[in-house]
Amino acid sequence: MTLPPEGDPVGLLGRVRDAFRLRWKRRRTLWRSLRSRHQLESVADRTGAIRPDQILGFTTLRNEIDRLPCFLEHNRKLGVSHFLIVDNGSDDGSAAWLAAQPDVSLWSTRASYKASRYGVDWLTWLQIRYGHGHWCLTVDADELLLIPHWPDRTLVDLAAWLDARGETAFGALMLDLYPEGTLAETSHQPGDNPLETLHYFDAAPYRARRKPFEWSLWVQGGVRDRFFFADSPRRAPTLNKLPFIRWNRRFAYRNSTHSILPRHLNLAYDGPGGDRASGVLLHTKFLPSVVERSVIEKARREHFGTPGQFDAYYDAIAANPSLWNEKSLAFRDWRQLEELGLMARGAWR
Amino acid sequence: MTVGFVMLVHTALERAAQVARHWAESGCPVVIHADAKVPDGDFQAFCDSLGDLENVAFSARRQRCEWGTWGIVGATIEASERMLADHPSLSHVYLASGSCLPLRPVPELVAYLAERPRTDFIESVTIEDVGWSKGGFDHERFSLRFPFSFKRQRFFFDRFVDLQRRFGTVRKLPEGLVPHLGSQWWCLSRRTLEAVLRDPRRSEYDRYFRQVWIPDESYFQSLARLHSVRIESRSLTLSKFDFQGKPHTFYDDHLQLLRRSDCFVARKIWPRAERLYSSLLSNDPRVTKNAEPSPGKIDRLFAKASDLRVRGRSGLYMQSRFPRSDRSAGPYSVFEGFDSLFENFESWLGKVTGCRVHGHLYNPSRVEFSGGEKTYNGCLSDSARLRDYNPCGFLTGLLWNTRGERQCFMFGPADNQYPQVFMAGDPNAQISVITGAWAIGLYRTNITSEVVRKEAARLQRIEHAHVELLRERWTKAQIRIWTLAEFIEAPMDNLQEILDEISLNGPRRLTEAPRLMDLSGFGQFLQQLKNDGMNLHMAGDFPVGHTPAPLNPTARPYLVK
Repeated sequence: MTLPPEGDPVGLLGRVRDAFRLRWKRRRTLWRSLRSRHQLESVADRTGAIRPDQILGFTTLRNEIDRLPCFLEHNRKLGVSHFLIVDNGSDDGSAAWLAAQPDVSLWSTRASYKASRYGVDWLTWLQIRYGHGHWCLTVDADELLLIPHWPDRTLVDLAAWLDARGETAFGALMLDLYPEGTLAETSHQPGDNPLETLHYFDAAPYRARRKPFEWSLWVQGGVRDRFFFADSPRRAPTLNKLPFIRWNRRFAYRNSTHSILPRHLNLAYDGPGGDRASGVLLHTKFLPSVVERSVIEKARREHFGTPGQFDAYYDAIAANPSLWNEKSLAFRDWRQLEELGLMARGAWR
Repeated sequence: MTVGFVMLVHTALERAAQVARHWAESGCPVVIHADAKVPDGDFQAFCDSLGDLENVAFSARRQRCEWGTWGIVGATIEASERMLADHPSLSHVYLASGSCLPLRPVPELVAYLAERPRTDFIESVTIEDVGWSKGGFDHERFSLRFPFSFKRQRFFFDRFVDLQRRFGTVRKLPEGLVPHLGSQWWCLSRRTLEAVLRDPRRSEYDRYFRQVWIPDESYFQSLARLHSVRIESRSLTLSKFDFQGKPHTFYDDHLQLLRRSDCFVARKIWPRAERLYSSLLSNDPRVTKNAEPSPGKIDRLFAKASDLRVRGRSGLYMQSRFPRSDRSAGPYSVFEGFDSLFENFESWLGKVTGCRVHGHLYNPSRVEFSGGEKTYNGCLSDSARLRDYNPCGFLTGLLWNTRGERQCFMFGPADNQYPQVFMAGDPNAQISVITGAWAIGLYRTNITSEVVRKEAARLQRIEHAHVELLRERWTKAQIRIWTLAEFIEAPMDNLQEILDEISLNGPRRLTEAPRLMDLSGFGQFLQQLKNDGMNLHMAGDFPVGHTPAPLNPTARPYLVK
């Protein structure tokens, strides 16, 4: 087991105080989530079909019709049996398309994404209600999970292996993929597999540290760090996630799926370079549509704690840059990523 | 003459039934014990699915087989007794689990055992000699009592162990018994198994082992030693444990690996490994190899994997190994002062050594990658801010991403000094310093003496601290320090000494000399600084009127060792 970070109190009193504060923090979070259920309106409820031991997928999305067919297909192959999706006011037909899928239960809301802690409150409620005791995969629509041995082995195999070892969480690094030319120039058509357009990634550098008190990991780096945040590296996006967890209704994601309470679950992932089994979330954000989207998102101000500070980031994307350079690597398979130290098989041989 | 299989099952009953059917149809009797935890309905269905086979029997009493407790041994004993009673012609009994899978045709196993009728295949290692178990108790398995469940009553389990340790209680072994440990999965000859089960002192042994920790790894292993005429201390079942003592599971993609091992049976098999079950459960004579089992092939592979898991890869950083930070992916060289003393030192060095030579990687304004690149291997950016956000991570990242190629770079007191502690403690680093050489750079700029003096004082302070650090006793890097005056006395010899260590093609005589900067008047400059009240002692005792002769490698005979 990984040791907790330095800087935590050693004395009994300090530990008790920390435990108490964290417990109430978690309860407050759960309470928010419980309240947020009133914002959700059921569109298609097929949750009656959920059987025990099935793997469930949880997603919040807005206007993702381009990615959805591939997203669902990938996750079905991965072993997700049922999807519980919150649609945050899409107007591109995502909702209607999803509602027609046989393994999707859909809720919709027009409430603020930011006010619900970037969708986490909604999903936490659904996880309390439906996810208890299940292995739950919580990902965004632009993230495709890659696990060791894929496609020879699936999440079902992984879940059983983790169960046998008594582990409850599985971590992954978010790896930004980008195209070869400028972002908007690629010949991507809506519905195409994003991985056919986005080939390239930054193999390094990634830096990780563990925060005291909440024990959450903080990994930054990669292409967005290099290209958009070279002058303010502190603000670069967090790249570690805990997407796959055997859920308990007392759990609560804190900051998107980057960190979770109770805090010991955060120790399940060591970040890139780690040698326990971990995966990679292939981040397909940089499809051509991202250019116009960033203009919209800049105006909506629904992302980031202090949206004003990220205007430059949105402007830089809207300028349609090319993220590629001759040191970029082309994505091949999980073995390549393991060789680079970005994911690991660990003891799952 | 055949072999009977005792099977202990608790989950994945369909797979267990499939394997049991395979053995039974190949003419080997099977006795199955199902855990008490299996629901009655499932168990009934399981029995019915094998109902058509008359050589498959089930243990009458289903016991609770909790990990680490007596239940497993109890179940094994009961099933073995039934097996021996029902099938008097058996030569061997093989203990298997529900997640075992035969890797080679059954007739091959039968023939193998028929050739060795009195041999017992049971791994059995004395606890005196080797630490067999991975983690957990070793001697204490036999000297303490374990009345509480490890899984359900961990608190009491731990406290009770503490208590016994504190009071130093030690259990008395039954007389004549020498504790042995070994894999739970054995294949015993009928003679030995009967002797163990009919031992007049068995009730005494049973009483003792009931309170031993994980008796299934010691009961038969110890008792067989008392009765067997011939023990082969190895298991015919291939089962691998990782460094935490948890069993490895085999999946479809392990098919070739399992085939190559030539073992007879493997565990644990993942119940959904369709390809393994469909391709290995056959008695096809064509796959018969008559080879001796050789798990060594697999052992080596797994040993490598576990090494990787426990120790990680040198130079690849992970958060949970912090703050350990004395490792880098490969050797590298740091040159301090050389680029001030020689003209175009970097391109010369690159040509002579064939290494990758960077400029000042820690230049405060921008990272000077080799060739002035803006991004380097692994998409390292030349942004100084990104680098300074994590200066040591920058260096280890560079070395990790350029594995296989030696990196050299320039360093000096004007650079970001943060990584100096890391480099000094890194056995992969080769650091060569010409102290005071940076003053040549100052001398060549034409700025007022007041500014120069301040700057010289600042740089000297930094370099002084740096050299102090390099002279600490704990440093692990290869460190060479000259003052400028010392170095200039025999520059080629000094250079040769460094390059001998890093040249890719072994020691080679230098044929091309780098060009020294023009130093005429430098002595004067130092004297001027001194007159202004600033003593540049780091440069050494540089004579006022000294003008070094141009370098010529052929003029100086250099002996190659």
